[in-house]
Amino acid sequence: MSLGRRDIENIAHLARLALAEGEVPAYVDSLSRIIELVGQLDGAETGNVEPMSHPLPGLSQRLREDAVTETDRHELYQQNAPQVSGGLYLVPRVIE
Amino acid sequence: MHLETVAGLAAALKGRKVSSTELVRAFLERIQAAQGKLNAFISVEGAAALAAAAAADRRLAAGDAGPLTGVPIAHKDIFCTAGTRTTCGSRMLANFVSPYDATVVERLKAAGTVMLGKTNMDEFAMGSSNETSWFGPVRNPWDPKRVPGGSSGGSAAAVAARLVPAATATDTGGSIRQPAALCGVTGIKPTYGRVSRYGMIAFASSLDQGGLITQTAEDAALLLGAMAGFDPRDSTSVDRPVPDYAAGLERPLAGLRVGLLKEFFDAGLDPAVAALIRAALQVLERQGATLTEVSLPNLPLSVPTYYVVAPAECSSNLARFDGVRFGHRCENPRDLTDLYCRSRGEGFGAEVKRRIMTGTYVLSAGYYDAYYLKAQKVRQLISQDFARAFGAVDVVVGPTTPTAAFELGAKTSDPVTMYLNDIYTIGANLAGLPALSVPCGFAAGLPVGLQIIGSHFSEERLLNVAHRFQRETDWHRRVPQEWR
Repeated sequence: MSLGRRDIENIAHLARLALAEGEVPAYVDSLSRIIELVGQLDGAETGNVEPMSHPLPGLSQRLREDAVTETDRHELYQQNAPQVSGGLYLVPRVIE
Repeated sequence: MHLETVAGLAAALKGRKVSSTELVRAFLERIQAAQGKLNAFISVEGAAALAAAAAADRRLAAGDAGPLTGVPIAHKDIFCTAGTRTTCGSRMLANFVSPYDATVVERLKAAGTVMLGKTNMDEFAMGSSNETSWFGPVRNPWDPKRVPGGSSGGSAAAVAARLVPAATATDTGGSIRQPAALCGVTGIKPTYGRVSRYGMIAFASSLDQGGLITQTAEDAALLLGAMAGFDPRDSTSVDRPVPDYAAGLERPLAGLRVGLLKEFFDAGLDPAVAALIRAALQVLERQGATLTEVSLPNLPLSVPTYYVVAPAECSSNLARFDGVRFGHRCENPRDLTDLYCRSRGEGFGAEVKRRIMTGTYVLSAGYYDAYYLKAQKVRQLISQDFARAFGAVDVVVGPTTPTAAFELGAKTSDPVTMYLNDIYTIGANLAGLPALSVPCGFAAGLPVGLQIIGSHFSEERLLNVAHRFQRETDWHRRVPQEWR
Protein backbone atom coordinates (compact mmCIF):
# COMPACT_ATOMS: atom_id res chain seq x y z
CA MET A 1 0.00 0.00 0.00
CA SER A 2 1.33 3.37 -0.96
CA LEU A 3 0.47 6.78 0.46
CA GLY A 4 0.04 10.03 -1.45
CA ARG A 5 0.66 13.69 -0.71
CA ARG A 6 -2.93 14.19 0.53
CA ASP A 7 -2.56 11.29 2.95
CA ILE A 8 0.61 12.80 4.41
CA GLU A 9 -0.99 16.23 4.74
CA ASN A 10 -3.99 14.67 6.48
CA ILE A 11 -1.84 12.61 8.88
CA ALA A 12 0.33 15.64 9.67
CA HIS A 13 -2.80 17.63 10.49
CA LEU A 14 -4.15 14.88 12.75
CA ALA A 15 -0.76 14.77 14.51
CA ARG A 16 -0.67 18.60 14.76
CA LEU A 17 2.63 18.81 12.92
CA ALA A 18 3.34 21.70 10.55
CA LEU A 19 5.45 20.36 7.69
CA ALA A 20 7.42 22.59 5.35
CA GLU A 21 6.35 22.18 1.71
CA GLY A 22 9.73 20.64 0.91
CA GLU A 23 9.43 17.99 3.63
CA VAL A 24 6.28 16.35 2.21
CA PRO A 25 7.74 14.27 -0.68
CA ALA A 26 10.28 12.58 1.61
CA TYR A 27 7.49 11.57 4.03
CA VAL A 28 5.32 10.28 1.17
CA ASP A 29 8.21 8.03 0.23
CA SER A 30 9.35 6.90 3.68
CA LEU A 31 5.90 6.35 5.21
CA SER A 32 4.93 4.29 2.16
CA ARG A 33 8.00 2.12 2.72
CA ILE A 34 7.19 1.70 6.41
CA ILE A 35 3.57 0.75 5.67
CA GLU A 36 4.88 -1.76 3.11
CA LEU A 37 7.21 -3.23 5.78
CA VAL A 38 4.33 -3.42 8.24
CA GLY A 39 2.28 -5.20 5.56
CA GLN A 40 4.33 -8.34 6.27
CA LEU A 41 2.02 -8.84 9.28
CA ASP A 42 -0.84 -9.72 6.90
CA GLY A 43 0.79 -13.12 6.33
CA ALA A 44 0.66 -14.11 10.02
CA GLU A 45 -2.12 -16.50 11.09
CA THR A 46 -3.70 -14.80 14.12
CA GLY A 47 -7.27 -16.16 14.04
CA ASN A 48 -7.55 -17.33 17.67
CA VAL A 49 -4.75 -15.24 19.16
CA GLU A 50 -5.49 -12.88 22.04
CA PRO A 51 -3.86 -9.48 21.44
CA MET A 52 -1.09 -8.85 23.98
CA SER A 53 -2.22 -6.38 26.61
CA HIS A 54 0.84 -6.35 28.90
CA PRO A 55 4.48 -7.28 28.29
CA LEU A 56 4.52 -9.55 31.35
CA PRO A 57 2.20 -12.58 31.27
CA GLY A 58 -0.61 -12.54 33.81
CA LEU A 59 -0.06 -8.94 34.82
CA SER A 60 -2.34 -6.02 34.22
CA GLN A 61 -2.23 -2.34 35.01
CA ARG A 62 -1.83 -1.71 38.72
CA LEU A 63 -4.38 0.70 40.17
CA ARG A 64 -4.08 2.94 43.21
CA GLU A 65 -6.52 4.61 45.54
CA ASP A 66 -8.05 7.78 44.11
CA ALA A 67 -6.37 9.97 46.70
CA VAL A 68 -4.38 13.19 46.48
CA THR A 69 -0.69 12.31 46.81
CA GLU A 70 1.01 15.31 45.21
CA THR A 71 1.55 18.71 46.74
CA ASP A 72 0.94 21.92 44.78
CA ARG A 73 4.19 22.80 43.03
CA HIS A 74 2.82 24.73 40.09
CA GLU A 75 5.27 27.60 40.51
CA LEU A 76 8.21 25.24 40.14
CA TYR A 77 6.63 23.45 37.17
CA GLN A 78 5.69 26.68 35.44
CA GLN A 79 9.32 27.78 35.34
CA ASN A 80 9.54 25.64 32.18
CA ALA A 81 6.48 27.19 30.54
CA PRO A 82 7.01 29.50 27.56
CA GLN A 83 4.41 32.03 28.84
CA VAL A 84 2.58 32.27 32.16
CA SER A 85 0.71 35.02 33.94
CA GLY A 86 -0.77 34.94 37.42
CA GLY A 87 -0.18 31.19 37.68
CA LEU A 88 -1.96 30.53 34.38
CA TYR A 89 -0.56 29.26 31.09
CA LEU A 90 -1.02 31.77 28.28
CA VAL A 91 -2.17 30.71 24.80
CA PRO A 92 -3.54 32.68 21.82
CA ARG A 93 -7.13 33.85 22.27
CA VAL A 94 -9.52 30.91 21.70
CA ILE A 95 -12.89 32.67 22.05
CA GLU A 96 -13.40 36.01 20.27
CA MET B 1 42.89 5.03 36.88
CA HIS B 2 40.60 5.84 33.94
CA LEU B 3 40.81 2.22 32.70
CA GLU B 4 39.44 0.88 36.00
CA THR B 5 36.00 -0.67 36.33
CA VAL B 6 33.32 0.54 38.73
CA ALA B 7 34.24 -2.36 41.04
CA GLY B 8 37.93 -1.38 40.87
CA LEU B 9 37.22 2.29 41.51
CA ALA B 10 34.90 1.53 44.42
CA ALA B 11 37.63 -0.62 46.01
CA ALA B 12 40.28 2.08 45.45
CA LEU B 13 38.01 4.71 47.00
CA LYS B 14 37.29 2.52 49.99
CA GLY B 15 41.01 1.76 50.41
CA ARG B 16 41.69 5.53 50.26
CA LYS B 17 44.10 4.99 47.34
CA VAL B 18 42.31 7.74 45.45
CA SER B 19 39.71 10.36 46.34
CA SER B 20 36.44 10.92 44.55
CA THR B 21 37.56 14.49 43.85
CA GLU B 22 40.69 13.23 42.07
CA LEU B 23 38.63 10.76 40.04
CA VAL B 24 36.00 13.31 39.09
CA ARG B 25 38.68 15.83 37.99
CA ALA B 26 40.44 13.20 35.88
CA PHE B 27 37.27 12.01 34.14
CA LEU B 28 36.01 15.57 33.59
CA GLU B 29 39.30 16.34 31.84
CA ARG B 30 38.90 13.30 29.61
CA ILE B 31 35.32 14.28 28.80
CA GLN B 32 36.37 17.83 27.83
CA ALA B 33 39.30 16.59 25.75
CA ALA B 34 37.09 14.10 23.88
CA GLN B 35 34.06 16.32 23.30
CA GLY B 36 35.24 17.78 19.98
CA LYS B 37 36.07 14.32 18.65
CA LEU B 38 33.24 12.14 19.93
CA ASN B 39 30.40 14.51 20.98
CA ALA B 40 29.39 11.91 23.57
CA PHE B 41 27.89 14.45 26.01
CA ILE B 42 25.09 17.00 25.77
CA SER B 43 25.75 18.57 29.18
CA VAL B 44 28.72 18.35 31.53
CA GLU B 45 28.01 19.24 35.16
CA GLY B 46 31.54 19.92 36.40
CA ALA B 47 30.77 22.17 39.39
CA ALA B 48 27.94 19.98 40.70
CA ALA B 49 30.08 16.86 40.22
CA LEU B 50 32.98 18.34 42.19
CA ALA B 51 30.64 19.36 45.00
CA ALA B 52 29.17 15.85 45.10
CA ALA B 53 32.68 14.36 45.03
CA ALA B 54 33.74 16.50 48.00
CA ALA B 55 30.67 15.29 49.92
CA ALA B 56 31.52 11.68 48.96
CA ASP B 57 35.09 12.16 50.20
CA ARG B 58 33.78 13.40 53.54
CA ARG B 59 31.61 10.28 53.85
CA LEU B 60 34.54 8.04 52.91
CA ALA B 61 36.72 9.77 55.53
CA ALA B 62 34.00 9.40 58.16
CA GLY B 63 33.66 5.70 57.37
CA ASP B 64 29.93 5.87 56.53
CA ALA B 65 30.26 5.25 52.77
CA GLY B 66 28.02 2.94 50.74
CA PRO B 67 29.28 0.43 48.14
CA LEU B 68 29.34 3.01 45.32
CA THR B 69 30.18 6.20 47.23
CA GLY B 70 32.29 8.54 45.12
CA VAL B 71 32.13 6.50 41.88
CA PRO B 72 31.63 8.80 38.86
CA ILE B 73 28.96 7.91 36.30
CA ALA B 74 26.97 9.62 33.53
CA HIS B 75 23.25 9.56 32.79
CA LYS B 76 21.66 9.30 29.38
CA ASP B 77 19.94 12.62 28.71
CA ILE B 78 16.54 10.88 28.72
CA PHE B 79 16.60 10.67 32.54
CA CYS B 80 15.33 13.78 34.31
CA THR B 81 17.87 15.37 36.65
CA ALA B 82 16.57 18.05 39.00
CA GLY B 83 17.98 21.51 38.43
CA THR B 84 20.00 20.62 35.33
CA ARG B 85 19.06 20.54 31.66
CA THR B 86 17.35 17.36 30.33
CA THR B 87 16.99 17.53 26.54
CA CYS B 88 16.24 13.99 25.34
CA GLY B 89 18.42 14.93 22.34
CA SER B 90 15.71 17.25 21.03
CA ARG B 91 15.33 20.91 20.13
CA MET B 92 11.90 20.54 21.76
CA LEU B 93 13.54 20.24 25.20
CA ALA B 94 16.76 22.17 24.51
CA ASN B 95 16.08 24.46 27.50
CA PHE B 96 14.08 22.11 29.72
CA VAL B 97 15.20 22.01 33.36
CA SER B 98 13.53 19.14 35.18
CA PRO B 99 11.83 19.98 38.48
CA TYR B 100 12.60 16.48 39.82
CA ASP B 101 15.00 13.51 39.58
CA ALA B 102 14.09 10.29 37.79
CA THR B 103 13.89 7.33 40.19
CA VAL B 104 17.00 5.84 38.52
CA VAL B 105 18.91 9.08 39.12
CA GLU B 106 17.63 9.35 42.69
CA ARG B 107 18.59 5.75 43.54
CA LEU B 108 22.06 5.88 42.00
CA LYS B 109 22.63 9.17 43.84
CA ALA B 110 21.50 7.56 47.10
CA ALA B 111 23.96 4.71 46.43
CA GLY B 112 26.72 7.32 46.37
CA THR B 113 27.51 7.72 42.67
CA VAL B 114 28.55 11.13 41.36
CA MET B 115 27.00 12.31 38.08
CA LEU B 116 29.47 13.94 35.67
CA GLY B 117 26.98 14.84 32.93
CA LYS B 118 24.28 13.81 30.49
CA THR B 119 25.11 11.69 27.47
CA ASN B 120 24.10 12.34 23.87
CA MET B 121 21.38 10.20 22.28
CA ASP B 122 19.11 9.90 19.27
CA GLU B 123 16.26 12.40 19.54
CA PHE B 124 13.63 10.98 21.95
CA ALA B 125 15.58 7.67 21.69
CA MET B 126 14.35 7.20 18.13
CA GLY B 127 17.27 5.99 16.08
CA SER B 128 19.93 3.30 15.75
CA SER B 129 22.96 5.46 14.91
CA ASN B 130 22.80 8.59 17.09
CA GLU B 131 22.48 10.64 13.93
CA THR B 132 19.03 12.01 14.85
CA SER B 133 20.29 14.00 17.87
CA TRP B 134 19.58 17.76 17.69
CA PHE B 135 23.02 18.17 19.30
CA GLY B 136 24.84 16.41 16.46
CA PRO B 137 25.95 12.82 15.94
CA VAL B 138 28.19 10.88 18.32
CA ARG B 139 31.22 9.20 16.78
CA ASN B 140 32.45 5.68 17.43
CA PRO B 141 35.72 5.71 19.44
CA TRP B 142 36.93 2.70 17.43
CA ASP B 143 36.60 4.63 14.15
CA PRO B 144 35.33 8.23 14.10
CA LYS B 145 33.94 7.78 10.56
CA ARG B 146 31.49 5.27 11.99
CA VAL B 147 28.38 5.51 14.15
CA PRO B 148 28.36 4.36 17.79
CA GLY B 149 24.87 2.88 17.37
CA GLY B 150 21.81 4.27 19.07
CA SER B 151 19.88 5.44 20.69
CA SER B 152 22.21 5.28 23.74
CA GLY B 153 25.22 6.09 21.53
CA GLY B 154 26.64 8.75 23.86
CA SER B 155 26.62 6.39 26.85
CA ALA B 156 28.25 3.59 24.80
CA ALA B 157 30.92 5.84 23.24
CA ALA B 158 31.70 7.45 26.61
CA VAL B 159 32.28 4.08 28.30
CA ALA B 160 34.21 2.70 25.29
CA ALA B 161 36.58 5.70 25.35
CA ARG B 162 36.79 5.47 29.16
CA LEU B 163 35.44 9.00 29.59
CA VAL B 164 33.36 7.57 32.40
CA PRO B 165 33.43 4.08 33.94
CA ALA B 166 29.70 3.42 33.41
CA ALA B 167 26.55 5.16 32.21
CA THR B 168 22.81 4.66 32.36
CA ALA B 169 20.92 3.95 29.14
CA THR B 170 17.46 2.95 27.90
CA ASP B 171 16.27 0.30 25.46
CA THR B 172 12.98 0.32 23.52
CA GLY B 173 14.06 -1.82 20.54
CA GLY B 174 17.77 -2.37 21.13
CA SER B 175 18.97 1.07 22.23
CA ILE B 176 21.26 -0.32 24.95
CA ARG B 177 22.45 -3.59 23.36
CA GLN B 178 23.07 -2.34 19.81
CA PRO B 179 25.36 0.60 20.75
CA ALA B 180 27.06 -1.60 23.38
CA ALA B 181 27.85 -4.13 20.64
CA LEU B 182 29.02 -1.48 18.16
CA CYS B 183 31.30 0.20 20.74
CA GLY B 184 32.72 -2.96 22.35
CA VAL B 185 31.16 -2.52 25.79
CA THR B 186 28.67 -4.41 27.99
CA GLY B 187 24.99 -3.42 27.91
CA ILE B 188 22.01 -4.81 29.82
CA LYS B 189 18.31 -4.23 29.23
CA PRO B 190 16.46 -5.61 32.26
CA THR B 191 13.00 -7.21 32.28
CA TYR B 192 10.14 -4.80 31.54
CA GLY B 193 9.08 -3.34 34.89
CA ARG B 194 12.34 -4.15 36.71
CA VAL B 195 13.66 -0.56 36.62
CA SER B 196 11.33 2.37 37.26
CA ARG B 197 10.36 4.49 34.27
CA TYR B 198 9.46 7.46 36.50
CA GLY B 199 11.32 10.49 35.17
CA MET B 200 12.54 8.58 32.11
CA ILE B 201 11.09 10.49 29.17
CA ALA B 202 8.59 8.16 27.50
CA PHE B 203 8.91 6.90 23.92
CA ALA B 204 6.91 3.62 23.78
CA SER B 205 5.59 2.81 27.23
CA SER B 206 5.02 -0.94 26.76
CA LEU B 207 8.61 -1.40 25.50
CA ASP B 208 10.81 1.20 27.26
CA GLN B 209 13.16 -0.06 29.95
CA GLY B 210 16.10 1.58 31.71
CA GLY B 211 19.43 -0.20 32.00
CA LEU B 212 23.17 0.23 31.86
CA ILE B 213 26.26 0.45 29.71
CA THR B 214 29.37 -0.74 31.57
CA GLN B 215 32.77 -2.28 30.92
CA THR B 216 31.89 -5.56 32.65
CA ALA B 217 28.97 -7.71 33.74
CA GLU B 218 30.23 -7.34 37.30
CA ASP B 219 29.81 -3.55 37.12
CA ALA B 220 26.34 -4.00 35.61
CA ALA B 221 25.45 -6.26 38.57
CA LEU B 222 26.61 -3.66 41.11
CA LEU B 223 24.78 -0.76 39.48
CA LEU B 224 21.60 -2.66 38.57
CA GLY B 225 21.26 -3.77 42.18
CA ALA B 226 21.25 -0.10 43.19
CA MET B 227 18.78 1.16 40.56
CA ALA B 228 16.25 -1.70 40.19
CA GLY B 229 13.18 -2.31 42.30
CA PHE B 230 9.57 -1.38 42.89
CA ASP B 231 8.51 2.24 42.52
CA PRO B 232 4.92 3.23 43.30
CA ARG B 233 5.34 6.26 40.99
CA ASP B 234 5.61 4.00 37.90
CA SER B 235 2.36 2.08 37.38
CA THR B 236 4.19 -0.60 35.35
CA SER B 237 6.92 -1.14 37.97
CA VAL B 238 6.84 -4.72 39.28
CA ASP B 239 6.74 -5.32 43.04
CA ARG B 240 9.30 -8.07 43.39
CA PRO B 241 12.48 -8.26 45.51
CA VAL B 242 15.80 -7.36 43.84
CA PRO B 243 18.32 -10.18 44.17
CA ASP B 244 21.97 -9.56 45.07
CA TYR B 245 23.16 -9.71 41.46
CA ALA B 246 26.85 -9.60 42.42
CA ALA B 247 26.47 -12.64 44.70
CA GLY B 248 25.47 -14.92 41.82
CA LEU B 249 28.23 -13.94 39.37
CA GLU B 250 30.63 -16.84 39.98
CA ARG B 251 28.10 -19.67 39.73
CA PRO B 252 29.58 -22.41 37.47
CA LEU B 253 28.03 -22.85 34.02
CA ALA B 254 27.98 -26.67 34.18
CA GLY B 255 24.56 -27.84 33.06
CA LEU B 256 23.53 -24.45 31.61
CA ARG B 257 21.27 -25.08 28.62
CA VAL B 258 22.05 -22.59 25.86
CA GLY B 259 19.74 -22.25 22.87
CA LEU B 260 21.27 -21.00 19.65
CA LEU B 261 18.62 -18.86 18.02
CA LYS B 262 18.21 -20.25 14.51
CA GLU B 263 16.36 -17.23 13.08
CA PHE B 264 19.25 -14.92 13.99
CA PHE B 265 21.57 -16.72 11.59
CA ASP B 266 19.74 -15.34 8.57
CA ALA B 267 20.84 -14.04 5.19
CA GLY B 268 21.49 -10.55 6.60
CA LEU B 269 24.13 -11.73 9.09
CA ASP B 270 27.73 -10.84 8.22
CA PRO B 271 29.66 -14.18 8.06
CA ALA B 272 32.52 -12.62 10.06
CA VAL B 273 30.05 -11.79 12.88
CA ALA B 274 28.57 -15.31 12.70
CA ALA B 275 32.04 -16.85 13.07
CA LEU B 276 32.76 -14.75 16.18
CA ILE B 277 29.44 -15.76 17.76
CA ARG B 278 30.16 -19.46 17.17
CA ALA B 279 33.63 -19.06 18.70
CA ALA B 280 32.11 -17.29 21.71
CA LEU B 281 29.70 -20.16 22.26
CA GLN B 282 32.64 -22.57 22.44
CA VAL B 283 33.85 -20.55 25.44
CA LEU B 284 30.55 -21.33 27.18
CA GLU B 285 30.66 -24.99 26.10
CA ARG B 286 34.17 -25.40 27.52
CA GLN B 287 32.71 -24.37 30.89
CA GLY B 288 30.09 -27.12 30.76
CA ALA B 289 27.17 -25.42 29.01
CA THR B 290 25.25 -27.52 26.50
CA LEU B 291 24.30 -26.02 23.17
CA THR B 292 21.14 -26.77 21.20
CA GLU B 293 19.43 -24.96 18.35
CA VAL B 294 16.08 -23.33 19.06
CA SER B 295 13.65 -21.94 16.52
CA LEU B 296 11.28 -19.01 17.07
CA PRO B 297 9.24 -19.11 13.88
CA ASN B 298 7.44 -15.78 14.42
CA LEU B 299 10.58 -13.82 15.32
CA PRO B 300 11.21 -12.61 11.73
CA LEU B 301 7.99 -10.57 12.15
CA SER B 302 9.42 -8.58 15.07
CA VAL B 303 10.51 -5.56 13.01
CA PRO B 304 7.10 -5.00 11.34
CA THR B 305 5.36 -5.63 14.68
CA TYR B 306 7.59 -3.10 16.40
CA TYR B 307 7.02 -0.46 13.72
CA VAL B 308 3.31 -0.53 14.50
CA VAL B 309 3.44 -0.75 18.31
CA ALA B 310 6.32 1.68 18.95
CA PRO B 311 5.13 4.52 16.67
CA ALA B 312 1.54 4.12 17.96
CA GLU B 313 2.70 4.56 21.56
CA CYS B 314 5.12 7.34 20.55
CA SER B 315 2.38 9.33 18.83
CA SER B 316 0.33 9.21 22.05
CA ASN B 317 3.22 9.94 24.41
CA LEU B 318 4.58 12.84 22.38
CA ALA B 319 1.16 14.50 22.20
CA ARG B 320 2.13 16.17 25.50
CA PHE B 321 4.55 18.46 23.66
CA ASP B 322 2.14 21.22 22.78
CA GLY B 323 4.17 24.41 23.19
CA VAL B 324 2.05 25.42 26.20
CA ARG B 325 3.33 23.88 29.42
CA PHE B 326 6.99 23.22 28.60
CA GLY B 327 9.25 22.75 25.61
CA HIS B 328 9.71 24.69 22.39
CA ARG B 329 7.12 27.30 21.38
CA CYS B 330 6.93 28.90 17.93
CA GLU B 331 7.08 32.69 17.43
CA ASN B 332 3.84 34.70 16.97
CA PRO B 333 1.21 31.94 16.76
CA ARG B 334 -1.95 32.99 14.87
CA ASP B 335 -4.23 30.76 16.93
CA LEU B 336 -4.09 27.68 19.14
CA THR B 337 -3.90 25.18 16.25
CA ASP B 338 -1.07 27.17 14.69
CA LEU B 339 0.68 27.20 18.07
CA TYR B 340 0.47 23.39 18.34
CA CYS B 341 1.41 22.65 14.73
CA ARG B 342 4.35 25.00 14.38
CA SER B 343 5.76 24.39 17.87
CA ARG B 344 5.75 20.64 17.16
CA GLY B 345 6.88 21.00 13.54
CA GLU B 346 9.87 23.12 14.62
CA GLY B 347 10.67 21.33 17.87
CA PHE B 348 10.78 17.76 16.52
CA GLY B 349 13.35 16.47 14.04
CA ALA B 350 12.62 14.46 10.89
CA GLU B 351 12.76 10.95 12.40
CA VAL B 352 10.57 11.84 15.37
CA LYS B 353 8.00 13.39 13.03
CA ARG B 354 8.14 10.27 10.86
CA ARG B 355 7.38 8.04 13.84
CA ILE B 356 4.62 10.28 15.17
CA MET B 357 2.99 10.26 11.72
CA THR B 358 3.38 6.48 11.35
CA GLY B 359 1.73 6.05 14.75
CA THR B 360 -1.03 8.52 13.94
CA TYR B 361 -1.72 6.66 10.71
CA VAL B 362 -1.89 3.15 12.22
CA LEU B 363 -4.20 4.38 15.00
CA SER B 364 -6.44 6.46 12.75
CA ALA B 365 -10.10 5.64 12.21
CA GLY B 366 -10.59 2.50 10.12
CA TYR B 367 -7.00 1.26 10.41
CA TYR B 368 -6.80 0.30 14.11
CA ASP B 369 -7.78 -3.37 13.64
CA ALA B 370 -5.65 -3.88 10.55
CA TYR B 371 -2.50 -2.52 12.14
CA TYR B 372 -2.45 -2.07 15.92
CA LEU B 373 -4.66 -5.02 16.89
CA LYS B 374 -2.94 -7.26 14.35
CA ALA B 375 0.49 -6.24 15.65
CA GLN B 376 -0.49 -6.94 19.27
CA LYS B 377 -1.61 -10.43 18.18
CA VAL B 378 1.67 -11.12 16.39
CA ARG B 379 3.45 -9.76 19.46
CA GLN B 380 1.62 -12.41 21.48
CA LEU B 381 2.86 -15.10 19.04
CA ILE B 382 6.46 -13.88 19.38
CA SER B 383 6.15 -13.92 23.20
CA GLN B 384 4.75 -17.46 23.06
CA ASP B 385 7.70 -18.53 20.87
CA PHE B 386 10.10 -17.27 23.54
CA ALA B 387 8.09 -18.93 26.36
CA ARG B 388 8.26 -22.27 24.50
CA ALA B 389 12.02 -21.90 24.01
CA PHE B 390 12.53 -21.22 27.72
CA GLY B 391 10.81 -24.51 28.48
CA ALA B 392 13.79 -26.27 26.86
CA VAL B 393 16.75 -23.94 27.46
CA ASP B 394 17.89 -21.47 30.16
CA VAL B 395 19.11 -18.71 27.85
CA VAL B 396 18.96 -18.06 24.12
CA VAL B 397 21.94 -16.55 22.33
CA GLY B 398 22.90 -15.03 19.02
CA PRO B 399 24.48 -11.92 17.55
CA THR B 400 23.37 -8.51 18.87
CA THR B 401 23.58 -6.90 15.42
CA PRO B 402 23.89 -8.20 11.83
CA THR B 403 27.11 -6.25 11.18
CA ALA B 404 29.72 -4.20 13.03
CA ALA B 405 29.43 -0.37 13.10
CA PHE B 406 28.53 1.28 9.78
CA GLU B 407 29.67 4.67 8.51
CA LEU B 408 27.87 7.91 9.30
CA GLY B 409 25.32 8.67 6.61
CA ALA B 410 25.28 5.07 5.29
CA LYS B 411 21.67 4.38 6.30
CA THR B 412 20.08 7.80 6.67
CA SER B 413 18.41 7.91 3.24
CA ASP B 414 16.10 4.93 3.82
CA PRO B 415 14.53 4.58 7.29
CA VAL B 416 13.60 0.92 6.70
CA THR B 417 17.27 -0.01 6.12
CA MET B 418 18.09 1.72 9.42
CA TYR B 419 15.21 -0.05 11.21
CA LEU B 420 16.50 -3.47 10.10
CA ASN B 421 19.66 -2.88 12.14
CA ASP B 422 17.56 -3.74 15.22
CA ILE B 423 16.31 -7.03 13.78
CA TYR B 424 17.95 -9.16 16.51
CA THR B 425 17.23 -6.90 19.48
CA ILE B 426 13.54 -5.98 19.08
CA GLY B 427 12.19 -9.44 20.04
CA ALA B 428 13.28 -9.10 23.68
CA ASN B 429 11.45 -5.75 23.97
CA LEU B 430 8.24 -7.10 22.44
CA ALA B 431 8.25 -10.01 24.91
CA GLY B 432 9.43 -7.88 27.88
CA LEU B 433 12.50 -10.10 28.38
CA PRO B 434 15.88 -9.20 29.89
CA ALA B 435 18.82 -9.29 27.48
CA LEU B 436 22.42 -8.23 27.41
CA SER B 437 25.28 -7.78 24.96
CA VAL B 438 28.92 -8.56 25.72
CA PRO B 439 31.95 -7.90 23.49
CA CYS B 440 33.02 -11.14 21.75
CA GLY B 441 35.67 -10.15 19.23
CA PHE B 442 36.48 -7.90 16.30
CA ALA B 443 35.47 -8.01 12.63
CA ALA B 444 37.88 -5.97 10.50
CA GLY B 445 39.00 -4.06 13.60
CA LEU B 446 35.47 -3.24 14.80
CA PRO B 447 33.83 -4.70 17.93
CA VAL B 448 31.07 -7.32 17.75
CA GLY B 449 28.57 -8.23 20.48
CA LEU B 450 27.17 -11.56 21.68
CA GLN B 451 23.55 -11.25 22.79
CA ILE B 452 22.17 -13.36 25.65
CA ILE B 453 18.40 -13.31 26.29
CA GLY B 454 16.74 -14.84 29.35
CA SER B 455 13.27 -15.51 30.72
CA HIS B 456 11.48 -12.78 32.72
CA PHE B 457 13.45 -11.62 35.79
CA SER B 458 16.48 -13.82 35.01
CA GLU B 459 18.95 -10.90 35.14
CA GLU B 460 20.97 -12.74 37.78
CA ARG B 461 21.54 -15.69 35.43
CA LEU B 462 22.33 -13.45 32.43
CA LEU B 463 24.92 -11.49 34.42
CA ASN B 464 26.36 -14.77 35.72
CA VAL B 465 26.79 -16.17 32.17
CA ALA B 466 28.26 -12.87 30.92
CA HIS B 467 30.65 -12.68 33.89
CA ARG B 468 31.89 -16.26 33.38
CA PHE B 469 32.39 -15.45 29.69
CA GLN B 470 34.37 -12.32 30.61
CA ARG B 471 36.58 -14.31 33.01
CA GLU B 472 37.70 -16.42 30.04
CA THR B 473 38.02 -13.62 27.47
CA ASP B 474 39.52 -10.14 27.36
CA TRP B 475 37.47 -8.50 24.58
CA HIS B 476 35.78 -6.27 27.17
CA ARG B 477 39.17 -4.93 28.28
CA ARG B 478 40.14 -3.72 24.81
CA VAL B 479 40.23 0.06 24.51
CA PRO B 480 40.74 2.00 21.25
CA GLN B 481 44.40 3.07 20.88
CA GLU B 482 43.64 6.79 21.09
CA TRP B 483 41.73 6.45 24.38
CA ARG B 484 44.03 4.18 26.40
